[in-house]
Amino acid sequence: MSILEVRNIRKTFGNIEVLKGITFTLEKGGVLSVIGSSGSGKTTLLRCLNFLERPDDGVITVKGEVLFDRNDPKTLHESQIRRKRLHFGLVFQSFNLFPQYTALQNVMLAPELFMKENHTWNAEKARLADEAEELFVQIGLADRMNNYPHQLSGGQQQRVAIARALIMHPDILCFDEPTSALDPELTGEVLKVIGKLSEQNTTMIIVTHEMEFARDVANQVIFMDGGVICEQGEPHELFGNPKEERTKQFLMRYNQK
Amino acid sequence: MEVIIQQLPIVIHALNIGFMQTLKLFAVTLLGAFPLGLIIAFGSLSRIKIISMTTGLFIWIIRGTPLMIQLLIVYYFPGLVLHNPIWGGGESGRFMAASVAFVINYSCYFSEIYRGGIQSVPVGQQEAGLVLGMTKKQIFFHVTLLQMIKRIVPPISNEIITLVKDTALARIIALQEIIWAGQAFMKGSYNISGAIWPLFFTAFYYLVFNGIVTVMLAGLERKLDYFR
Ligand SMILES: Nc1ncnc2c1ncn2[C@@H]1O[C@H](COP(=O)(O)OP(=O)(O)O)[C@@H](O)[C@H]1O
Ligand SMILES: [Mg+2]
Repeated sequence: MSILEVRNIRKTFGNIEVLKGITFTLEKGGVLSVIGSSGSGKTTLLRCLNFLERPDDGVITVKGEVLFDRNDPKTLHESQIRRKRLHFGLVFQSFNLFPQYTALQNVMLAPELFMKENHTWNAEKARLADEAEELFVQIGLADRMNNYPHQLSGGQQQRVAIARALIMHPDILCFDEPTSALDPELTGEVLKVIGKLSEQNTTMIIVTHEMEFARDVANQVIFMDGGVICEQGEPHELFGNPKEERTKQFLMRYNQK
Repeated sequence: MEVIIQQLPIVIHALNIGFMQTLKLFAVTLLGAFPLGLIIAFGSLSRIKIISMTTGLFIWIIRGTPLMIQLLIVYYFPGLVLHNPIWGGGESGRFMAASVAFVINYSCYFSEIYRGGIQSVPVGQQEAGLVLGMTKKQIFFHVTLLQMIKRIVPPISNEIITLVKDTALARIIALQEIIWAGQAFMKGSYNISGAIWPLFFTAFYYLVFNGIVTVMLAGLERKLDYFR
């Protein structure tokens, strides 16, 4: 059974329909790359999955639970959103670390507040601190835990942002162009961390303009164009033998760069 | 000169009493206007049109009219127009009226600074908190607030330094603050009359007070320098 099923997601801003019925599924441990030119609706799709935008139509199902169904009022309660969005994690293009906290505090803040709310903080804080430190080893920043974001490079900040998302144990981790704000020499270190996550069978949706990476890390690729999924397939198929004219043109433009 | 030296202890004694009123008004205004300003800021940011528009109108009126007139209205309106002199006639009544006028006035100025501060924190900060499962309240207190404070300390400092001097306006309803106390020596106070130097001497109090306030605020600004 799929861990994520997205059916017919639509989203309109004003009178522009940005998502015109997006449907796909994702297997547990699968990695989905989403490519497409700027303005095709990739960010909006991730924001819908993370409940930062509410779709105008469609169904989102995670692990068999219908999290969102536009036609089922029971799934639309504001009070449930917080619990539902924890199925997803989101790593932003611009990192969005909290500047007043150290890297370690950035990673610990959300679970700490959550545990304090549930009165489990005292019992769990040691375990949480251990887990945070392990994550810093994993992202290769064990020696920078106590630095503030402005003392870290963009690549380091983005790796901290990944650890901050991971500590909430999302079922599906989403990345929105995680390297687009980085200097070219810093993208590698971030992609390496994401690559390692895929080896550990982390379920991920990765929006990216790094075509080589999109092909290598994913077991499924979606090409979006004008708010629809224009083509979908396994990476070697979609990149090696695209069927749609628009996909070909898009990939050709990238190859020329 | 000799006369001044003779008068000095008496004058300083009287000015100190006046200065305590100044200080009290200063402190009460800040204590009241800091939280009230935040509530007004939330009002002006409200997505409910009627709330944001009413709040905006109120802010516009308060910032668009002199504090001195607001003082006079707050002090005289209940007694003269409503025939219900809620403030009483004494110094404590005048202090209450002055406090109310100052708190309202400064809340409105602070609220505009708060509003700018809230809006200047990038939405990405709030969204990062949301996707981590934090509540709006947690995000405000644990993410937005300190960043907002950092941004508003410089403009708030300007207002606070203005407030130090604005307290003198309370003399218009005969609040016995320091300028009132200094001026009293012209008309006869503690058997001294026709002396203008005590009035001038009050400036010294303001200078020292403002110096202390400025140093403290600069210290706070430096304390928040550890992040960007
Ligand atoms: N909040 C919004 N209000 C209005 N239009 C929006 C908003 N968010 C995105 N859009 C529009 O939706 C379209 C798709 O945007 P986006 O999802 O960011 O595309 P992508 O991430 O693929 O570049 C763009 O034309 C953009 O201007
Ligand atoms: Mg985008």
